[in-house]
Amino acid sequence: MINKIVGSFDEAVADMSDGATVMIGGFGGPAECPSYLIAAVARKGVKDLTIVGNTGGWGVDLLAILRERMAVILKIGEDWYDPGLLMERGQVKKGILCFPAAPARVLTPFEQGVLQGKVELEVLGQGTLCERMRAARGGIAAFYTPVGVGTIVEQGKEVREFNGRKHLLEHALKGDFSLIRAHKADRYGNLVYRGTARTFNPVMAGASTITVAEVDEVVELGELDPECVITPSVYVQRVVVRPKEPRPWDEAM
Amino acid sequence: MAGERLDEQTMAIRAAKEFQDGMIINLGVGIPTFCSNFVPPEREILFHSENGVIGFGAIIDNADDADENLINAGAQPISGKPGMAIMDHAESLCIIRGGHIDITVLGVVQVSEKGDLANYVIPGKQIGSLGGGQDLAFCAKRVIALTTFTTKEGQPKVVKECTQPLTAPRCVDQIITDIAVLDVTPEGLVLREVVPGWTAEEVQALTDAKIIVPPDLQEMTLL
Repeated sequence: MINKIVGSFDEAVADMSDGATVMIGGFGGPAECPSYLIAAVARKGVKDLTIVGNTGGWGVDLLAILRERMAVILKIGEDWYDPGLLMERGQVKKGILCFPAAPARVLTPFEQGVLQGKVELEVLGQGTLCERMRAARGGIAAFYTPVGVGTIVEQGKEVREFNGRKHLLEHALKGDFSLIRAHKADRYGNLVYRGTARTFNPVMAGASTITVAEVDEVVELGELDPECVITPSVYVQRVVVRPKEPRPWDEAM
Repeated sequence: MAGERLDEQTMAIRAAKEFQDGMIINLGVGIPTFCSNFVPPEREILFHSENGVIGFGAIIDNADDADENLINAGAQPISGKPGMAIMDHAESLCIIRGGHIDITVLGVVQVSEKGDLANYVIPGKQIGSLGGGQDLAFCAKRVIALTTFTTKEGQPKVVKECTQPLTAPRCVDQIITDIAVLDVTPEGLVLREVVPGWTAEEVQALTDAKIIVPPDLQEMTLL
C-alpha cells in the first residue's frame, strides 16, 4: 500500500542533515509559504543549510511589523513562518535566491547575514531559477538562456550564440529537500493548489531527493479530478497536514 | 522657467495609452502598477503577473475583500475576473522568456541613452533583487521604462551611461517620464513628446545623455 502521509512535521524533516540544500516554496505572501515545515527545520536546528527560493524571508520580528502594517489590505495569520526564521537562528550558510533584498528600507536577517559576511549569496532571476529546478526534475544537465548576458549573472558562465543572440549556460539545480505548500493531497501524494499560492511550489516538487508537501487537507483517492492534478504523486515523498488553528513555531508537532 | 512635472498617476495614464486591445501586459512594482487603473473600457487587456496569473482584475485595497490566495507580483491582493488563468512559476516565466509579453512597464534606478536599464539594486542598498524583472527586461517584446526624469535630489535618472549595476543592457525601447517621452533608437535617444510648459532645451539641460530633437516633436496628450 502506498501511503505518503506522515504524522508530524518533525517526522517529515527528521532525516535532514547539516549542510543540506533545501528548496523552500512560496513567493512572498503567507498563503504559499510552507510555514510549519520551516518551523520544523528551525526546531531540528540543522546548520550550514543552503536555502533555495524566491526570498530569504523577513524573520519573526519584521513579520510582526508587516502583519500590523498590512492589516488594512490583507489579514495575515499568526502562523506565517518564513525562511527568515532559519536565518535568525544561524542555520543558513548560503542562499540561492531571486529576491534577497527586501523592497523597503529595512534590512532582513538574510541581508544582514550577507553584509556581515556570514552568509553567501547567489542571486539570479526567477526564470533561470525555475528552469534550473525543472531541469533537475526532468533529467536535463544544463541549458542555455539569453537572460543575464552582460550582467552580474554572467560571471563565470559559458556564453554561446544561438540565432545571433548570446546565451548563458545554466546548470540544473538539485536539492536534498523541497519543502512545498499545497491545498489538497491524497495518500499517493497527488497535489492541487489554490490560486497564486501555486507559484514556485509545483516547480520545486521533484527537484530534490525528498519533496515534502504541507497541505490543508488530505482527501480520499479518487476525490482529486485526474485532469486537475497539478503535481503528480511521483514527485512527492511525504505529505503533512497543517493544524486547524495557528500554533507557535517552537512547539513540537 | 520650466513647467510643472506630472504626478505618478498621470505618468501611469500616459504609459497606459500605449496598451492596445488584446495585448498581454506585465507591470513592474512601483509606479507601473498604477497603469492597470487607466485602461479604457473598450480595450481588453490581459495583465500577467510573474507569480503565476494572467487576466486578473483590479488591485484590492481592503482586507475584507482580499484573498491571500490571489496576489500579484508585488504581493498585493488582486481580484479575479472571467477568463483568468493560474499557472506555476516556471510556466509563468516561460510566458515571459518565450517572448509572449507584448509590453512590460518597469521602474528605473537609471536608464541610459542606449537603453541599458539599472533597477534591481535600490539606492542605499548593497544587495539587489533580480526577481522576475531581469527576465522581463531581456525578453518582453517591448520594454517601457516609466520614471521621474530626475531623483528627488535632482540627479538625472535618464543618463549617458549607467553607473548602477545593470538589470539588462540595451533592453529599453521607450522612456516615459514626468516631463517627456523618449524613444531609444539605433540613432540615439529621440525626444518624442514634452509635457506642456517644457521645452527640448530644458529637458536636455537635466541630463548628460544626448537627446535628438526631431522636427515633429509633440506636446504630450493623455488620450
